[in-house]
Amino acid sequence: MTGRRYGGGTLTLEIVMIAIALVFAFPLYVLVVLSLKSPEEAANSPLSLPSALSFDNYTAAWEQADLAPAILSSVVITVVSVAALVVTGALAAYAIARHTSHWSGALFAVFLVGLVVPFQLALIPLYQLVRDAELLGSYWSVILYMVGTELPLTVFLYTGFLRAVPRDYEEAAMIDGASQLRAFRSVVFPLMRPVTGTVIILNAIGCWNAFLVPNLFLSGSGRQTIPVAVYSFVGEFATQWNLVFAGLVIGMAPILLVYLLLQRRMIRGFASGLKG
Amino acid sequence: MTSSTTTTASRPVATGTGSRRRRSHVSLWFAVPALAVYAVVVLYPVASGVYLAFTDWNGLSATRAFTGLENLRTFLGDGDAMGALIHQLIIATVFPLIQNVVGLALAVALNSRIKSRYVLRTVFFAPAVMTPIIIAFLWQYIYSTDGTLNTVLGAVGLDGLRQSWLGDPDLALWSIIAVIIWQFTGYAMVIYLAGLQAIPGELLEAAQIDGAGRVTTFVRVVIPLLAPSITINVVLSTIMGLKIFDQVYAMTGGGPGNATQTLTGYQYQQAFTLGNFGYGTTVALVLAAIVSVVAALQYKVLRRNERAAS
Repeated sequence: MTGRRYGGGTLTLEIVMIAIALVFAFPLYVLVVLSLKSPEEAANSPLSLPSALSFDNYTAAWEQADLAPAILSSVVITVVSVAALVVTGALAAYAIARHTSHWSGALFAVFLVGLVVPFQLALIPLYQLVRDAELLGSYWSVILYMVGTELPLTVFLYTGFLRAVPRDYEEAAMIDGASQLRAFRSVVFPLMRPVTGTVIILNAIGCWNAFLVPNLFLSGSGRQTIPVAVYSFVGEFATQWNLVFAGLVIGMAPILLVYLLLQRRMIRGFASGLKG
Repeated sequence: MTSSTTTTASRPVATGTGSRRRRSHVSLWFAVPALAVYAVVVLYPVASGVYLAFTDWNGLSATRAFTGLENLRTFLGDGDAMGALIHQLIIATVFPLIQNVVGLALAVALNSRIKSRYVLRTVFFAPAVMTPIIIAFLWQYIYSTDGTLNTVLGAVGLDGLRQSWLGDPDLALWSIIAVIIWQFTGYAMVIYLAGLQAIPGELLEAAQIDGAGRVTTFVRVVIPLLAPSITINVVLSTIMGLKIFDQVYAMTGGGPGNATQTLTGYQYQQAFTLGNFGYGTTVALVLAAIVSVVAALQYKVLRRNERAAS
């Protein structure tokens, strides 16, 4: 709607938008700046740039919050969950989108229920189930939870995408003698690459950031994830904001790094995936 | 893949989209692994949760008595629960409204030819990626009495506006809503951007040649074409608002008093702090009913508007 050339109006818009973005990003400036300051400097001049670059808070937070094992736990849970989600979700969507009877519609509807119903309703029975299976404190408890609860979104995205993909390619493969599974593996799944990117990104964010259930299932086990570790760390050092903030930055760095590396594709894929 | 497959596969898609031909009839067995996990983790626990909501179980006793509608009656007469319900509804109304208006405005601005548009998209979407519980602690500091917000207000001479942002019962809920809006506006922006980019440029030019001004074009052409994005955004953010937990739990824990207690937080408190597993699940059941009804209604109404617009 703006003109084709870069005129005065566009320049004004550019300046206004940059100003808004600066205000918008200001909380993150506060986070980083404070994490680099000594307690005295944090109290006296919280908003200025740090007088000297010191990573003391980071080394202290790293040790006292037990962040190394927490990052390991988060990585294990995220990677295994996302891999399982891609495989099971893509297969389920393949069946739903390509099986032509009312059963596939019913199955799709069943998965959609999970997109809407708040998980709190399932929380206590699931907690009992996990406890009785003696899985409390194990990675599996959270991996199963993540796969189960993220499947609805995954199936939704994959099915929507697959319905828009013509069947010609896989039919050709099957005419050539490929089985359904083979056609899926060598034809359909590669075709789904754009939406697989979206599925991976959205689920990785979901798994990395989950708090309520990992806190219930893993706290005190030594296998706690980053959000859980950060939560107990903040509770312990609530008044030392500079130290706490270093812990927050470390806890957020991995997912933020992934975002910055993939951001172009993420924003594009995220949007097109949701459009279905 | 054999060479013959490759030749057949590279046929132009136009020879048939396959929607009418029902040859490949993929076995439903492929859905079994997903369905199995989903059944164990979601379907079965949800079903037994629904049952649990009608019992008096405290989590310890071996027996649980079926009490029928007793818990529901308790809920309706429970002032704290009603307060929590109202707070959750306020969040689920105000958050989607502002998030969508601002998100759309940002999307329109960043769909222009300004040079920094890619960097700015990255900046605005970044908070949506970050861990909510961590974001909540950052804002707890920003809002604290000697925190950033009050420091900034003091520095620009607005001392009168300095507040206890999370400590004032009249203000705390709004402070939390502001954080949620700040975090997820980029989310709406991205979906709107995708919608905007799918609009053919010729359509807009045609409207302008026909003499429509920018505002008319936006209202008459752009908004109707964005209807599917609006549906997705509004339904998603309303569901999100009705389920918000982490942010409130970390920022105020429902306080001061019960001023920011949400239904999700009240459920947690009843079940895991007080051990009222039965009643806690009733609270979750009420929430589930509300989410289902609201989401279904919104979806229906918005879809009708979509069709009317197309």
